This record gives sequence, structure tokens and C-alpha cells, in this order.
Amino acid sequence: MELSGAEIIVQALIDEGVEYVFGYPGGAVLHTYDALFKQDKVKHILVRHEQAATHGADGYARATGRCGVALVTSGPGATNAVTGIATAFMDSIPMVILSGQVPTPVIGSDAFQEVDTVGITRPCVKHNYLVKDVHDLALTIRKAFYIAMSGRPGPVLVDIPKDVTDPKIKIPYHYPKDIKMRSYSPALKGHPGQIKKAVDVLLQAKRPVLYTGGGVILGEASQALRDLVEKTGFPITSTLMGLGAFPMTDPRFLGMLGMHGTYEANMAMHETDVLFAIGARFDDRVTGKIEQFCPHATIIHLDVDPSSISKNVRVDIPIVGPVGSVLADMARLLKEHKQGPDPVALAEWWRQIEEWRGVKCLAYDRHSPLIKPQFAVETLYKVTEGGLYLTSDVGQHQMFAAQFYPFDEPRRWINSGGLGTMGFGLPAAMGVQLAFPDATVACVSGEASILMCIQEMATCKQYDLPIKVILLNNGYMGMVRQWQEFFYESRYSHSYVDALPDFVKLSESFGHVGMRVEQPGDLEGAMREAFAMKDRFVFMDIVVDPAENVYPMIEAGKGHHEMHLSPERELA
Amino acid sequence: MRHIISVLLENEAGALSRVSGLFSARGYNIESLTVAPTDDPTLSRMTLVTTGSEEIIEQIKKQLNKLVDTVKLLDLTEGRHIEREMMLIKVRAVKEGREELKRLTDIFRAKIIDVTETSYVVELTGTSQKLDAFIQAVPEGLVVEVVRSGPTGIARGEKGLTL
Ligand SMILES: Cc1ncc(C[n+]2csc(CCOP(=O)(O)OP(=O)(O)O)c2C)c(N)n1
Ligand SMILES: [Mg+2]
Repeated sequence: MELSGAEIIVQALIDEGVEYVFGYPGGAVLHTYDALFKQDKVKHILVRHEQAATHGADGYARATGRCGVALVTSGPGATNAVTGIATAFMDSIPMVILSGQVPTPVIGSDAFQEVDTVGITRPCVKHNYLVKDVHDLALTIRKAFYIAMSGRPGPVLVDIPKDVTDPKIKIPYHYPKDIKMRSYSPALKGHPGQIKKAVDVLLQAKRPVLYTGGGVILGEASQALRDLVEKTGFPITSTLMGLGAFPMTDPRFLGMLGMHGTYEANMAMHETDVLFAIGARFDDRVTGKIEQFCPHATIIHLDVDPSSISKNVRVDIPIVGPVGSVLADMARLLKEHKQGPDPVALAEWWRQIEEWRGVKCLAYDRHSPLIKPQFAVETLYKVTEGGLYLTSDVGQHQMFAAQFYPFDEPRRWINSGGLGTMGFGLPAAMGVQLAFPDATVACVSGEASILMCIQEMATCKQYDLPIKVILLNNGYMGMVRQWQEFFYESRYSHSYVDALPDFVKLSESFGHVGMRVEQPGDLEGAMREAFAMKDRFVFMDIVVDPAENVYPMIEAGKGHHEMHLSPERELA
Repeated sequence: MRHIISVLLENEAGALSRVSGLFSARGYNIESLTVAPTDDPTLSRMTLVTTGSEEIIEQIKKQLNKLVDTVKLLDLTEGRHIEREMMLIKVRAVKEGREELKRLTDIFRAKIIDVTETSYVVELTGTSQKLDAFIQAVPEGLVVEVVRSGPTGIARGEKGLTL
């Protein structure tokens, strides 16, 4: 088969089994767009801004576990994509970004729409390539997918100059199936000695905690984790990124930990004697003050990326390996042990945890005449019976969703944790809805965040994506306002979102359904109505209490035991 | 502590900037960095001198290893090894000074490789301390220009850092 560079790109995507490419055309990728036009195997989704191409591919990847693909032109196309690339990088999401570049003879001459894309993206990709010869193209794309998907996943960018895609130059096409790179070999198994040591320590534990992160989901280890909890009866908490890996409605789940984690999760972290971190990376939003982090604990850390281990917190027993395979090895060892964990100590530990639970740290004022954002999320859970794919933007609404919408399955909760990218939610939801056309997909957002990628309502119209936007409209950049209330004596510097559009009319102008809800009593009915419109995109503008804060809260740089609790707890 | 780290890298465009970018992005110290292709033209050998606490050095090595272009890495400081740096130094050499500089060059087993009526260029190889000592020994005010390669190194013994 003789193909041009442009055809090689498209054929490689077909050979990778790619369903969707999220993209936006421009001069440097015109040959590639022409090759896309001539086939119907790979479907192209035309976004309205390149940021949404990367977020769309990202949402698709998070929901499916497959590699997301984005295609952008050189210069501004590539720079617009950077936010989405960095978002995927921070959360280790597999993605391949194909960017057009100016023709090789003019690289370095400040040609029209030239930027050093490889240079700009270098710090926020797992790896990147500039392909200067069409003969290297197929192999490079194969490597890009392999690197993106293996080990600790991440985005890989392939920058392709226009002349490399020249339709007149045809070469034999060969797409390698298996690939081996001498410089890149991710760990495939955990070290048996370390695994045995970890099991011994776990069985000795009196106050154990499992602290799980996004790595459990990325490593498809949800079932293995459930088995571990079944086997040990240990309490489990999760980061924002790991929610759903273990059923959040299970009593052994303590809720999320960290800055806006539950009282019981954070107190358990503070008092634990054996912490088992699984696919989590000790982010500062999780650890709080490092010096006070788990002061009494022996720490076991399982991660596929050696550089995550002992990066922020010194670890006693490191295990490098894929989470799923190592947990399976552990399960085998646990089975061989006649004696399980100390039942008396564990019962006492659970008694202590239930006491902390009794604090009811998530209680809020249920008699408010205003719609409380927590109530809105609870109602969303009730109406959708927990069956959503829920994407989120960034802010208070994101935290309320994480606290009040318990996910029982992995890959259902899709949000930008590491980078905290406002504007992520709507385009990510497009990727999810395309992956699962029959699923119910919603995006919880804030009136500030949603405006950052609002143009994607047009994409949703073009491809008939029946996403539901659940806008918790508090009229403020609520999370910013909360910090200003706490730490800047309520000087609300530029956090009031003035001059908002009429979201109902705005949605209608894009050809969608818009709804506005202002009374708590109207909310459930309105939501039922919205979700009953199975084939329509519905934008629910829900007016919520502008003054609500997210509790509990640990101030940056404080310890887990130093939480602020809601002053409204007693009212509940 | 000072560490000297050898890295075998794919000889690809951009590999060097990945390494230097890593050090600046993560705020690691870098004292010197030398790189050149090896006998196998597809591989480059890099020698890095860096300082930091044991935790930081551990992270530096892990991060370097994580780069997709890194084939192998060895912390030479962990074993017996040889370190060499090369220096080209231009000195003002006039009248009696010429004799004295010539003597100094002999004492350090350096070589004079360029001569004019008023200057010498001296070539000297050795440990970094030896080069420091030579510069110190040149009489005040005579140094015109100093060019140092930065240290390179190799482990002692029969084992090699190869594929
Ligand atoms: C692109 C981007 N810019 C700025 C921020 C900082 N930031 C974090 S939360 C937030 C406010 C979000 O407001 P809104 O979307 O209304 O959500 P709310 O907190 O009110 O629920 C801001 C500005 C960010 N996370 N991302
Ligand atoms: Mg808001």
C-alpha cells in the first residue's frame, strides 16, 4: 500500500482503532483534513476552540480508558490546545495530539503560524516528537500511542510539518503492531519482596487506612481494590481523582480526604498507624502540611511511576508496579496467611471512626429559603439514581459534586483535579457522550467556569449531544470568594461575576433547551423534566445561595486534624 | 552533596533540552552538563554534576530515568570512579612572566598549545580541583580567558555503562 503522509496519519488512526478525532482545521493540516474527508472510518468532531478538542479527547479517554485523539493546526491551533494538554498531563490521561507545523524548509524562520510547538508543550507532555521525514511518520505515531497508553499514561504530541503530509509523495505503508523501545520500559510487575513486606505490615496494622487515587482507575484496578477491602475490612478513603474506584455508598468508604475531605477521612489519616497509598501521589491538596502528615504511620506506597514515590512524603515501603497486578499478588499472599488482621484492634478502630462520622461534617442548612448547592447535587443524585457520567468544572460546585454525588463505579466522575482547569466540564462531557451515546451525561458547572468554553454548545448542537448542564449559579467565583472571605477579610476583589448572560436565552440561541430554577421546591420537578428530555441538550440555570461555603476545609499548609467545620452543622 | 551522574540518551533532537528543561522546571541545581555522541552514533552520553540533599538527588535520578529518551543512568558518585575535566586557559605572558608560566605549566603537567609575543594558551586536564588549583597559581591579573569543559566521568573496573 502506497500512501501519502496525510493518508498515513488517517490510516494509522484507523489501525489504532480510533473512533473519534476532536479537531479544528487550518493551513498546516489541510492535507490531513483532505485525507479525513475521503474516508468514513474515523469520525471527526469539529469543536469550536482547540482547548475543547483536547478536553473532548480527554473526557473520552477518562470515560473509556482508551486513548483520546486531537488534531489541531500549527501556531494558534497548537497554543490553544496547550491548556487541555496540560490538564491531561496533570491527571495522567492517555492522549495523542497531532499538530500541524509549517513546512520543514521554513521551520525557524518565523513563518506564518509558526510556533515551536514541541518546545512549548515539552513540560506538559509525557513525550513529544517532531516528524521531519514522512518515512518516520507511521512508526512515530505508533510510538506515540504506545507511550500515551502504557506505564503511567499521559499525553503525547506529534508535530507534523505540512510538507511531510504532501499528497503527491507516496511511500509504502507499514504500521508496526508490536513495539519495543530500548529507552522506555514501564514496570510490568511489582517486586515480590516488597509486596510480601507490605502484606506483613498491613496484617500487623491496628489502625489501617487505604488511601487511593486516580491510579486505581487508570490502572483498571477497581475490582482488585474492592477485593482487598473485602478481604481485610480496612477503611478506605480516596482523592478527588479516585472517586468511584470503590463504591462511595459502601460504609467502609470514609469519603474523600484532603482540603475539602470529610472529618472522618482526615482524622483517620491523622491517627492511622499503617497507611497504604494506592495509585495516589501525595498532592499538596491531599497532604496539607507535610510535617504533620500521618504522623504515626508506616507508609506503603504502590505506584507505577517510581518518581511519584518519596517525592513529597518519605515512604517506608515503596512498591513500583501496575496497581492491578500488584493488588492481585497481594490478594494471593493474603489468602495464604492463616491469620487475617487483628479483629479486636480493627473493631476498636472502626468504633473510633464511627465516632468521627457522628460529627456529620457535611451537614448543611436544609431549611434555607434559597437553593443550597449541596441540596442541588443531592437532588441530582436522587433524580438520576446515581447513574450519571458527571463531568465538572472547577470551583465550589466541583467540591459539592464530589461530596454529595456518591459514585459507585469508576470512570463516572470526570474532572480536572491536578491542573484545576475551568472550562473543562462541557467539552469533556462531549467526549463522554460520544463514547457512550446512550448514557446519561451531565456537566456540573459554575456560571464563571461555563463561560470559558461556552462556544461548545454549538458542537453539542451539531452532533446532537443530549448533555445536561447543571449550573450552580451563585453569581460569584464561589471558590475565590470563599478564600477571600476567610483570608482577606471579605474583600471580594473581582470575584463577583457581573453582567452574566441570560443562560436560558443563550441556550435557546444555540438551539438547545434552557431552564431557570430559583426555588428549592421547584428543583426536583425541573430536574426530572430536564432528564426526561433524553434527546435534548438542556441547560439548567439553578440559582443557588451566593454565600455558601465548602466545608470541611483545611487551610493550605495546615494538618489534617485542623479542619474548619461548617458553622451550620447544628442547624441541620 | 555533589553528585556526578552519567546518562546514556537516545541521540535525538531535543533530548538535551528535555534534560535542561527538567532541571529548570523542577528547580534542581545543575553545576555542569556535558554531552556528546558515543561510539554508537544513535546514543549520546551525558555527564551531569548536581548538588542537593539525598532526597533531591533521588528525585533527580528518577526524573531523569523517566524521560522517554533515557536509556541508562548511573550515579558515578555511588562507586569508585574517575573524573576528568579539560581547561583551556589564556594567560598574559610577557618578559620574566613567560618563564614562570612555563614552569607552572610543567609542574601541573599542562601543555602550552598556542604562543604569541604576549600570551600563552595552556591546555590542562584533571580533576576539577586540579584546574582550580592551576587558576589559583597563575599570578594575579594574568588570566585573560578560561574555558572549562565541565567534568566527565567513568566508573572504574571492567563494567561499562552500555546497552
Ligand atoms: C482557567 C482557570 N482560571 C482561574 C482559575 C481559578 N479559579 C478556581 S475556582 C474559580 C471560580 C470558579 O467560579 P464558578 O465557575 O462560578 O464556580 P463556583 O466556585 O462559584 O462554584 C477560579 C477563578 C481556574 N481554576 N482555572
Ligand atoms: Mg459561581
